[in-house]
Amino acid sequence: MSSFRYIGKKRRTKEDPRFVSGRGRYVADIALPGMKHVALVASPHAAARIASIRTDAAQAAPGVLCVLTGDEFCANTDSLAIGVDAPKVTRWALARGVVRYAGEWVAAVVADSRALAEDAAELVEVEYEPLPHVIDPEKALGEDAPLVHPAHGSNVLYRRKFVWGPVDEAFAKAADKIAFRAVWGRSSTVPIETFGVAAEWNAGTGILDIWASIQMPKFPDQTARALRLPGNAVRVHHDVDVGGSYGAKRGLKHTVLVGYLAKKLGVPVRLIEDRLENLRGGDMQGPDRFFDMEVAFGRDGIIRAMKIRAVDDVGAYAGRSPLQLGKPVTAICGPYAIPAIEYEPISLMTNKTPQEAVRGFGQSPTNFAIERAIDRVARQLGMDRIELRKKNFIRKDQFPYTIPSGSTYDSGDYHAVLDKALAAIDYPSLVRARDEARRSGRLAGIGISTCLEPSGGNSAFEVLMNPKNENTTWMDSCLVRVDLSGAITGVINNSSSGQGHESLVSTVLGEILERDPASIRVVRADSLAALPSNSPVGSRMAIMLGGAAAGAAKTIKETLVAIAAHNFECSPEDLEYRDGSVGVKGAPSKKFTWDQLVEIAHRKFHKLPSGIEPGLQAKFVWQVPTGGGLPTPEGRIQIYPCYAFEAHIVLVEIDPDTGKPSLRKYVCGHDCGVMINPDIVHGMTYGGIAHGIGAALYEKFSYTEEGQLASGTFMDYLIPSAMEVPALAIVDHCTPSPLTTFGQKGSGEAGYLGAPAAIANAVNDALDPLGAAVDSLPMSHLAIWKAIGGARKKRPLKDAA
Amino acid sequence: MSDTLHAVAIEVNGKRREARVPARLSLVDWLREELRLTGTHVGCEHGICGACSVLLDGDPVRSCLMYTVQAHGHRVTTVEGLARPDGSMSALQDSFCETHALQCGYCTPGMLIAAQALLDSNPDPTEAQIREAIGGNLCRCTGYQQIVEAVQLAAERTKAK
Repeated sequence: MSSFRYIGKKRRTKEDPRFVSGRGRYVADIALPGMKHVALVASPHAAARIASIRTDAAQAAPGVLCVLTGDEFCANTDSLAIGVDAPKVTRWALARGVVRYAGEWVAAVVADSRALAEDAAELVEVEYEPLPHVIDPEKALGEDAPLVHPAHGSNVLYRRKFVWGPVDEAFAKAADKIAFRAVWGRSSTVPIETFGVAAEWNAGTGILDIWASIQMPKFPDQTARALRLPGNAVRVHHDVDVGGSYGAKRGLKHTVLVGYLAKKLGVPVRLIEDRLENLRGGDMQGPDRFFDMEVAFGRDGIIRAMKIRAVDDVGAYAGRSPLQLGKPVTAICGPYAIPAIEYEPISLMTNKTPQEAVRGFGQSPTNFAIERAIDRVARQLGMDRIELRKKNFIRKDQFPYTIPSGSTYDSGDYHAVLDKALAAIDYPSLVRARDEARRSGRLAGIGISTCLEPSGGNSAFEVLMNPKNENTTWMDSCLVRVDLSGAITGVINNSSSGQGHESLVSTVLGEILERDPASIRVVRADSLAALPSNSPVGSRMAIMLGGAAAGAAKTIKETLVAIAAHNFECSPEDLEYRDGSVGVKGAPSKKFTWDQLVEIAHRKFHKLPSGIEPGLQAKFVWQVPTGGGLPTPEGRIQIYPCYAFEAHIVLVEIDPDTGKPSLRKYVCGHDCGVMINPDIVHGMTYGGIAHGIGAALYEKFSYTEEGQLASGTFMDYLIPSAMEVPALAIVDHCTPSPLTTFGQKGSGEAGYLGAPAAIANAVNDALDPLGAAVDSLPMSHLAIWKAIGGARKKRPLKDAA
Repeated sequence: MSDTLHAVAIEVNGKRREARVPARLSLVDWLREELRLTGTHVGCEHGICGACSVLLDGDPVRSCLMYTVQAHGHRVTTVEGLARPDGSMSALQDSFCETHALQCGYCTPGMLIAAQALLDSNPDPTEAQIREAIGGNLCRCTGYQQIVEAVQLAAERTKAK
């Protein structure tokens, strides 16, 4: 590792200075001349027929340009793409004829200011005829449930039972079994910046320009398709700072709506969600799942087989959300060598706000269920939870290791990482602290979880879950230019939402070209100028963009060596590249400097070898290192190439009178291979843990029986503050990936993948002396208090302690 | 709504600004849309997230919950006003860069405002006091760890001078 010059070293990021000085450029900061503003009319009903819409009063209000409803909009645009094979589950930004959730957009008002647009939106009169609705996913599965999309014929979007290995035999023979249900509550990423988009149509060029706070693969392409425009008529500007996303900023419906309005009206139009629009109508809620888990194991603690039935409520429409049941296939047994797995994912619809991608793409809920299962097996056997994990971990000498569902884990040392975390938190003293707290009448528990972070994804869950989709290409790219002054610019092809891609690319280019990263510029091509990219999803950019940048830089280096070889009339093998200069091996004074080589490349054609393009630039387009293929008939498939690993340990104390949990100590052992920038990796891990604390204890999109969102403000949807998040510590380990340029794996999701499981295990450890358990997230104060109260009725606390 | 405009005079980042504004115009909208001081961000518009924090006569306030007319006669400092007079970063801003106390940057201006207000009144805060001072500012990226470290670093650096 120490052979790197810049990689892995403490370096300030390229991005931070502009943000601390208030010079970020977010979508709401973009002021286009003559820009108009959108406000939305939302459905108050969970399900209703739209009998009529009267827009004349709104149309006549001051400053109003246009009131658009679904009839016109849907007739002139195409439905947004659907991730699975369910062509009747069509979806537009504005409802036509029917509303399917409370908060769904029914009309859009465009006016001179947002305030005037809101004033006018209140004047739109919509007459509804309420229809039967369904909110509870169990009821939505029932035979006589109201159908969210009657044309689809069922509320089930996707259902399949995968059996990988001899599951039934293992269950029949196993010495012991457990079965339980784990519930993951509906929460999401909820960035502090809501979604926003501005669009401008130029009738002279025929180009629709778009600025959006977006993090989405194929976004320009899908926008153009829905607007019935050729791909080269939509230009998405990627030099927009995105104020947080963590997966969810996929405002395709917002963008198609605003793009349509800008083109129709011939003026720039912008929509910035307010917080209620974001929480209720932004279509960015997260997975909402219950798991029916069964585990078969021996008295020795070795797990023989596991069955997972996962029912996920995606809400009223489907984009890519059903696919969040697919990604877990790539790590379906977690870090454990479980030889037989049955997995039955069921994606279904209810009359709730639609689900969008959330950090980990469905992996965090699944990991929570698996890690609860491991703790429950240990409890059943009376075995130490750490010992049980270590017995079942895939061993370091078993990699590369192919799991029953067909993905091969590249590398890892799970025992070492868990041991490091245990040492860092001083586990024996942690146990003493817990037991001391218990003796003094408090409830206290230790939680342990481990998780994998599949990274560098090729999105092969798409082909697994939709046989009509044969997308096996999942590339990313980088263009590197060295200008006449000798300065280096890396061109990337997507927007960023805090992941530090400018720091990543400048560090990688500096490493390969042996130039100071501080001198390297990184810019973002708009979508018409860009090379192919699949955007920063699935913890892929350190691997994929890092790999593409390295590939392009190596080509630049080879070009410089070729120029020097031509002019020295020698073989490239006789030369060595050092700090940007190319010299003859063994004769250090005989060399071309960086500036001289750049000069030749740009201005001295007579000194350029044949076959070398003038100018000095190189592009590199990289496919995922494990390629891409179709699944076997049993649904075995290689999805993600690289697998980072984490071990989380947390001590929680619970006030027995209020149910309030407090996190006292938290350590995360973390192995994502070679880190490009440790501060960035650690930052995303800390943030992921905080996000996981929210999912575990506080955050929920609650719905009333009538289908009304009951958590439409930050007074109800509770994001953890610095008072709820404790001091966090990370201990690093490095198992390089054999598949990547520098041994790096992906990072960014790990904190969120492991924290909810660790906290759930800690709360349950705290409740265990009472004989109580909570397997539903979020474990609110109230839920914990009820569990304590229920147990106390059976057994008073002082006896239990 | 009323079309009446109200005259205001507000000192923003050391400069006196005069304007005629509608009564319902929030302070954050005036700062962002009229003065184009877009460093102050809008997150929730109901006073919880703290992204819109500015200093009003030195105290942190939510500019989304204030009307512009309420700031008449007062002194407002936004993130653009935190830099040193020569335009270079303040000790706190530089410390945020040193510890990487941000990722997407959206909550950062509000965090800086809250932390600066703390350091102005308490140059040597404990970790608990730092957490309390930024407890009204939500960050979704960092888990607050590197923000707390940045404020500690800024306090140490200021003390060392």
